[in-house]
Amino acid sequence: MADLAIDPRIELNPTLVQGGMTYADVSEKISAITENKPPKQWYYLITISSLMTVMLFGCLGYLVVTGIGVWGNNNPVGWGWDITNFVWWIGIGHAGTLISAVLFLFRQKWRTSINRAAEAMTLFAVACAAIYPLFHTGRPWRAIYWLFPAPNEYLHLWQNFRSPLEWDVFAVSTYGTVSLLFWFTGLIPDLATLRDRATNRVRKVVFGILSLGWRGSASQWRHYELAYLILAGISTPLVLSVHSIVSFDFATSVIPGWHTTIFPPYFVAGAIFSGFAMVVTLMTVARWVYNLQNLITIKHLENMCKVMLATGMIVGFAYGTEFFIAWYSGNAYERFAFLNRAFGPYWWAYWTMLTCNVVSPQLFWFKKFRTTPALMFIIAIFINIGMWFERFVIIATSLHRDFLPASWGYFKPTWVDIGTFAGTIGMFLTLFLLFLRFLPAIAMSEVKGVLHQQIEEGKGNH
Amino acid sequence: MATSFLDNLPIPEFLKPREEAPHYGVVGDFDTPEELLRAIRTLRVAGFTKMEAYSPFPIHGIDEALGEPRSPLGRIVITAAVVGLAGAVALQWWTGAVDYKLNVAGKPLFALEPSVPIMFELTVLLAAFAAVLGMFYLNRMPTYYHAFFNFSRAGGASNDRFLLAVEAADPKFRGEELKTLLDSLGSRHSELVEA
Repeated sequence: MADLAIDPRIELNPTLVQGGMTYADVSEKISAITENKPPKQWYYLITISSLMTVMLFGCLGYLVVTGIGVWGNNNPVGWGWDITNFVWWIGIGHAGTLISAVLFLFRQKWRTSINRAAEAMTLFAVACAAIYPLFHTGRPWRAIYWLFPAPNEYLHLWQNFRSPLEWDVFAVSTYGTVSLLFWFTGLIPDLATLRDRATNRVRKVVFGILSLGWRGSASQWRHYELAYLILAGISTPLVLSVHSIVSFDFATSVIPGWHTTIFPPYFVAGAIFSGFAMVVTLMTVARWVYNLQNLITIKHLENMCKVMLATGMIVGFAYGTEFFIAWYSGNAYERFAFLNRAFGPYWWAYWTMLTCNVVSPQLFWFKKFRTTPALMFIIAIFINIGMWFERFVIIATSLHRDFLPASWGYFKPTWVDIGTFAGTIGMFLTLFLLFLRFLPAIAMSEVKGVLHQQIEEGKGNH
Repeated sequence: MATSFLDNLPIPEFLKPREEAPHYGVVGDFDTPEELLRAIRTLRVAGFTKMEAYSPFPIHGIDEALGEPRSPLGRIVITAAVVGLAGAVALQWWTGAVDYKLNVAGKPLFALEPSVPIMFELTVLLAAFAAVLGMFYLNRMPTYYHAFFNFSRAGGASNDRFLLAVEAADPKFRGEELKTLLDSLGSRHSELVEA
């Protein structure tokens, strides 16, 4: 094993598990995070993030008792920060599924040490996203009758299944459910590891129950591997469908700036772009706090930077296409919508978006930026901001000035808008920190599988 | 098995507690997947049929070595996917075109095109549930007691050890004697495990 560290090939093709780790080291390193007291930074962060979560509940409670007029939404801007945040959060989730499902099908072994955390991020992002449409209904406890075809005596009617908003309900709820199933299935062998390592009664019972009696027998692995492959296979078209359907919410309307056929691929690329930015944001920090440099290597981070560079350019290309088509259509309203976007009252939002999403990822052409965690963290933050502005630009600039100048308006967020948005960031971070603290953040069984292949390949070379 | 009061009661045979074999089998503990595979192949040639391997990650080629058939999970998932697809068509057609006819901009009450997204989503949803619940069913999960856990080093299978059990149900099972055989195949520690 130790000879891996001095293997001359490392310079050319860095190994995915470094530092000459053994199988037992992998279990030890990853399980120890959940078994020992977390570092000081963890306590600081969770204090801040749980206070923000409390603020979220406060804002939502205030909204419920007062009405959705506490948000800045108005006529004509009926969708404001709520739908902006909804689309932003859903998009962030997409990287998790892309890493866990699509890269699995493409046999990209580098996914193994980041997939668990990225999948957890997906779940928490979907949970944050769901808050917005749910509370936009004003009466979330009745939303089950409005959103889902639950037979009821109360309304005596069914949903309009020809509406993209209804498709969205099914897409997002299916996505959340399938992501949860996928994530839990992946966790089972690792929960069994935690069960077998447990030294106190509470951990023994909790992980004993959660691991469902997993033994790691060949007959269990046989069904397990097929189940995992099938989940990856169906999650791949699912993740593409979710943001396509989210984009239908806009694309099937008649509003200039929304009524665009390029929306589905443009939204999917944007989702992957923002999702990878969030993965890099979280992983560079987690890697540093928990000393995981041997497992989440520079190679992992560099690959993610390359994905951001590629998807960032797809997004940039889509911005250009939109403008070209607006001009080429010859439609006065289309042309106005786009000129207004770049030079109207929301020009600052548009240029923020363009700078963050198109200009900043270009730095990833330089190896220095792709291999320095601090630099990529900064760029990833810029991309997170840029992608939030993209959704805001699409929603607010298209709505605030449509066909009739007499009905033009302007959207300004209220303190409740800001508090709710900051609150969901707090909730997301709280859930992620709890995940890091209590569950194995890296898929131990998968890393061991990769390590085994690495050992085999190493033997072949000697 | 000792006689109990159950024997005198008119209880159907299948409800009575099953007579258990006194042993689960002999379990050996190997360092690497390769040694484990070699041991399985040797024992198969020697005529052993009831064996089970335990490992911290799936080992390529172990099913062939153990003579395990392909998992039937695919068929379960396909069935669920078809039910999901048909259910989505039925749901959208019956609610929209039969039970609650709502005219929206003169569009047809039911058409295939706008039904596609929900058809797709429900297909995926049911397939995913079938994949996970089907896997649980085939693996008998959750099962919180298994005789394998009586092996003193059972925890190694979720860490860095590769275990091989020759089960007592094997016609060639010979109890304690097998320990020497497993040791000679490279096992670091072999043990006769209680049921």
